[in-house]
Amino acid sequence: MNTEIIGVISIYVLTLALAYLLGKYIAKVFSGEKTFLDPVLNPLDNLFFRISKIDPLSEMDWKESLVALLTVNIVWFLFGMLVMMNMGWLPLNPDENPSMPADQAFNTVVSFVSNTNLQHYSGETGVSYLGQLILQLFQFISAGAGMAAAAVVFNAMKERTADKLGNFYNYFIKSCTRILLPLSFIVAIILMFNGTPMTFLGKDQVITMQGDTMNVSRGPAAAMVAIKQLGTNGGGFYGANSSVPFENPNYFTNMIENISIDLIPIALVFALGFYLRRKKLAWMIFGVMTAGYLCLLIPTLSLEMGGNPMIAKMGIDQSSGSMEGKEIRFGPAASAFWAITTTVTSNGSVNSMHDSLTPLSGMFPMLGMQINALYGGVGVGFLNFYIFIIIAVFIAGLMVGRTPEFLGKKVEAKEMKIAMIIFLLHPLLILVFTGLASYIIHLHPEYPWLNNPGYHGFSEMLYEYTSSSANNGSGFEGLGDNTPWWNVTCGIVMLIARFLPIIGPVAIAGILAKKKYIPESSGTLRTDTASFGIMVFAVIVILVALSFFTALALGPLAEYLSM
Amino acid sequence: MKRQRKTPLFQRDLVNEALKQSFIKLNPKILFRNPVMFTVEVGTVVMLAVCIWILMGERDQGSLAYNLSIFFILLITVLFANFAEALAEARGKAQADSLRKTREETPAKLLANGTVKTISSSQLTKGNIFICEAGDIIPSDGEIIEGIATIDESAITGESAPVIRESGGDKSSVTGGTKVLSDKIKVVVTTQPGESFLDKMIALVENASRQKTPNEISLTILLSGFTLIFIIVCATLQPFSLYAKTHIPVSAYVSLFVCLIPTTIGGLLSAIGIAGMDRALRANVIAKSGKSVETAGDLDTILLDKTGTITIGNRKATGFYPANGVNESAFIQNCLIASLADETPEGKSIVELANQKGTTIPVDFSKEKITLIKFTAETRSSGINLSDGTRIRKGAFDAIKKIAADAGNSFPKETEDRLKEISSNGGTPLVVSENERIIGVIELQDIIKPGIQERFQRLRKMGVKTVMVTGDNPLTAKYIAEKAGVDDFIAEAKPEDKMIYIRKEQQGGKLVAMMGDGTNDAPALAQADVGVAMNSGTAAAKEAGNMVDLDNDPTKLIEVVEIGKQLLMTRGTLTTFSIANDVAKYFAIVPALFITSIPALQSLNIMNLSNPQTAILSAVIFNAIIIPLLIPLALKGVAYRPIGASKLLRRNLLVYGLGGVAVPFVGIKLIDLIVSLFV
Repeated sequence: MNTEIIGVISIYVLTLALAYLLGKYIAKVFSGEKTFLDPVLNPLDNLFFRISKIDPLSEMDWKESLVALLTVNIVWFLFGMLVMMNMGWLPLNPDENPSMPADQAFNTVVSFVSNTNLQHYSGETGVSYLGQLILQLFQFISAGAGMAAAAVVFNAMKERTADKLGNFYNYFIKSCTRILLPLSFIVAIILMFNGTPMTFLGKDQVITMQGDTMNVSRGPAAAMVAIKQLGTNGGGFYGANSSVPFENPNYFTNMIENISIDLIPIALVFALGFYLRRKKLAWMIFGVMTAGYLCLLIPTLSLEMGGNPMIAKMGIDQSSGSMEGKEIRFGPAASAFWAITTTVTSNGSVNSMHDSLTPLSGMFPMLGMQINALYGGVGVGFLNFYIFIIIAVFIAGLMVGRTPEFLGKKVEAKEMKIAMIIFLLHPLLILVFTGLASYIIHLHPEYPWLNNPGYHGFSEMLYEYTSSSANNGSGFEGLGDNTPWWNVTCGIVMLIARFLPIIGPVAIAGILAKKKYIPESSGTLRTDTASFGIMVFAVIVILVALSFFTALALGPLAEYLSM
Repeated sequence: MKRQRKTPLFQRDLVNEALKQSFIKLNPKILFRNPVMFTVEVGTVVMLAVCIWILMGERDQGSLAYNLSIFFILLITVLFANFAEALAEARGKAQADSLRKTREETPAKLLANGTVKTISSSQLTKGNIFICEAGDIIPSDGEIIEGIATIDESAITGESAPVIRESGGDKSSVTGGTKVLSDKIKVVVTTQPGESFLDKMIALVENASRQKTPNEISLTILLSGFTLIFIIVCATLQPFSLYAKTHIPVSAYVSLFVCLIPTTIGGLLSAIGIAGMDRALRANVIAKSGKSVETAGDLDTILLDKTGTITIGNRKATGFYPANGVNESAFIQNCLIASLADETPEGKSIVELANQKGTTIPVDFSKEKITLIKFTAETRSSGINLSDGTRIRKGAFDAIKKIAADAGNSFPKETEDRLKEISSNGGTPLVVSENERIIGVIELQDIIKPGIQERFQRLRKMGVKTVMVTGDNPLTAKYIAEKAGVDDFIAEAKPEDKMIYIRKEQQGGKLVAMMGDGTNDAPALAQADVGVAMNSGTAAAKEAGNMVDLDNDPTKLIEVVEIGKQLLMTRGTLTTFSIANDVAKYFAIVPALFITSIPALQSLNIMNLSNPQTAILSAVIFNAIIIPLLIPLALKGVAYRPIGASKLLRRNLLVYGLGGVAVPFVGIKLIDLIVSLFV
């Protein structure tokens, strides 16, 4: 077998093995059991709790949890704006990078608070080291907040009737200190040993072979790269993200980083199984996610490894695959694998240019983000999947002749209303904003936002909003993206698409948790079976396909078919 | 024995009425209740405007004929949906009307101040007392306060054998429209005119008072959500097409939109609901609300009375077991004498069995010299005192044991063993004493209804737990429970035991149904999630329950459960079908939209439809005619099979999900072949 294929298979298998073990550990953390890090980190947690006067044992209902989530985010948002707009004169700025204008700061801070990490700047020149550190902090916070929201939903899914669903701040701190921090530490150290910089010194000067002087950007990169991958953030230290040798020096680091991308999202699914003692349910969810993931991955791999037919027509050998926009040290398979992994998980870091993917394999990452629930972002991926489960439960429940129930709780009008609003939101944001942008380009073709005309330009706009709404943060690029239009509209999309899809599932789970628990009987629809898995899969495929078919037909499909 | 009220699905007069109603329902105020079809109507109006626009000289919207055809197809789509609803309503109404006929004006013999006055039945109000004699039609629902009569209830139940109704007890209720065959009864009116169950039922099937059930509301939310998605998809297609420099005519937007929104289920939704009520009515069950029919599909536990439901009528004597040292024939003779005056079915069966054994009434037995001791709830025994002073008693074990013990007599060991044996075999022992001395046991046996085991089996597969309620002792109850295949039993049940059991189950989150007829059942009927009162039951019982079974058939609960499940399943499967249909419609319409500007998209025209206009027309026509094609399914309901939820899901996914994807590909292609002959 092709070594490139062996490479991606070993990345995936390693991810699964590690995710399974991590899932067990996360379940322990969420249920408040003792873990091996307690002796070291308990004092740290307690310090946080003492300073903020939070009692980690006082439980909250779902509304209080959401208030806590929003409070944390608003505070950090304001703080972030302050730093981004003033970092030029603040300390830790050896390269003397400037402060950001308001629209760019808004976009950047929203982007990091919302776990999107869409970067309309280049790290080397756009932010100071202080700015990078603050963005790193946000990478922890946004990932931790997502996991804490998932923990609230996990708690709500237990077999009982309950109002109180644990303490949000406690889940939040534990997610950060027990899960993200130790994992980031390990990954950062591996990266450092492979050559990723970790320093507060400014640019280095190197004399090249030709005798020219070259300035090389450095900084505390290894720490940021670790959490950007593990927290499905994706915002790199350098502008070109993980395709830069300093962020991603070799194939081994590429493997480590790729594993880090979907490690926690997959682990959270297993964690659900351990936490609820419903392993079959976890396998059902994992199965559906994986089936969807493979449906996107396999064609992308084959297309990228097959090369670009247009170049082949010119008589140029394409046996090494389509190499445009890719790094030689990774090759087409590892690049395609990364492209799909980073988009299904709302990570958004890149190790190749997605703009240069062949048209159809440019569509698969978009589909991954449009579904946004195949593994998905840390915590939020599961929450998105939860919405699909609720819709599937409703239709399937009717089909077996009972009022739909999910884990012993009746799904009724109120829950359906929330689920439908949350589901609608994603197509609404993507299609309406892409429509707006298309319309403005139609009126003013001279605007400098769009560098490519035609189908490809359409794909670029579609990708930008899809990425914003999925809180992914990867760019198809090719857009003049640091302009007020993209900064502001993407910022708005990211904000709405981050918080409503957290609020919705938490609300549904909270409402369901309060309902009377109905024990299962042989007439109850079991949600941990393969049949129900097929149902969920069908719901995802049909709903997403129906929502985005027209847009995809006009972008990547038209480009592919015209090729 | 059940009355077969099978009317053909498309009966002519019903269809005519439904056709008329289809047009009346075009009124947007009425249609607004159904958001999906309402948007189709809006689309229809838009198409009408486009046609007028073309007449006024617009050139970019395609030919007038084409736009007019789209307009008419959309109009027909709305009409089809209206027709489905109207037909379901008409069928329900016809059903109710046939019942209503029975309560047309009849003369009522009103008893007031000791005199009888004949007035019209409509003038009777609650609390009035009337008299009915042989040959009279009972003018109103009521309760017998005096007398006993045989009554022909065939007008209501379809059951031709007359029934006996008498004052006091649980068989005191009479229904308006039934006929007294013999004797004379005095009846008090229990309902206000226009408030009887029948009236409520009629109002329910008439749309005006039909409230959407909770489940229907949730489904409407889901469908509205899908409609909204497609509003977004179609609205954003406009700027997309501007960017792609493609001109898309209004008709194409409207067609795409109408094809994508779930019109199939949207159009049939209310018909399905009404048909569910109608099916209940056809099973001779009157539901007070659509919600109770839906709840029936969710039931977890069913409480059933043993007598009449699980076993046939009453117990029969099957054996005489004298105590040690008692002569068998003498014992049988004593049993016979003790039962002579016993009018209960058990007593009669003892006489019968004794006669079969060749025992006859002794010669010197004459009625003058004896005293009959009637059964009372306190003594729980009955018997006879003979002229020679002999006192024979028969009754429950503990009652007779007490009599013997009070007189200082012991209870023979072998008789006690015999008792246990009888009990563990499901029999009921009747202990007989002569002069306070135990002389033996009579064995009574229950006869389990044939076929009842299969029915319980079926319920178990549906996930419904059956509970037998009986006054028998635990041993007997256990035996019968096992033999009949019920999951649990309540032995030595007092009326409040049912209530306690229901509460206990409900606390565990279960939905419980019970059937009852007596006044003492009323609290439990009210507590149960589905309480089915028998039509022969007391007014209190009927008031407390949320369904009334006209047939007085206790196994009816099983049917009710299936009707409820069918109702939900029909909604679920048609929703799945409707949404799955969209895949093919996309492949029909999207390539057609961009044929000129993006010729490459023609490779998406996998059905190879002739041209853009026929493609769009075929999709819209398919979308319209699928509604009437599915009316029979909506009205009859998807067949329920108790094969377990997962299997059922797989089966329905395969049939309606996969079928829903495949059918329109074939259908649209066929329609395209036909349409292309004309265009």
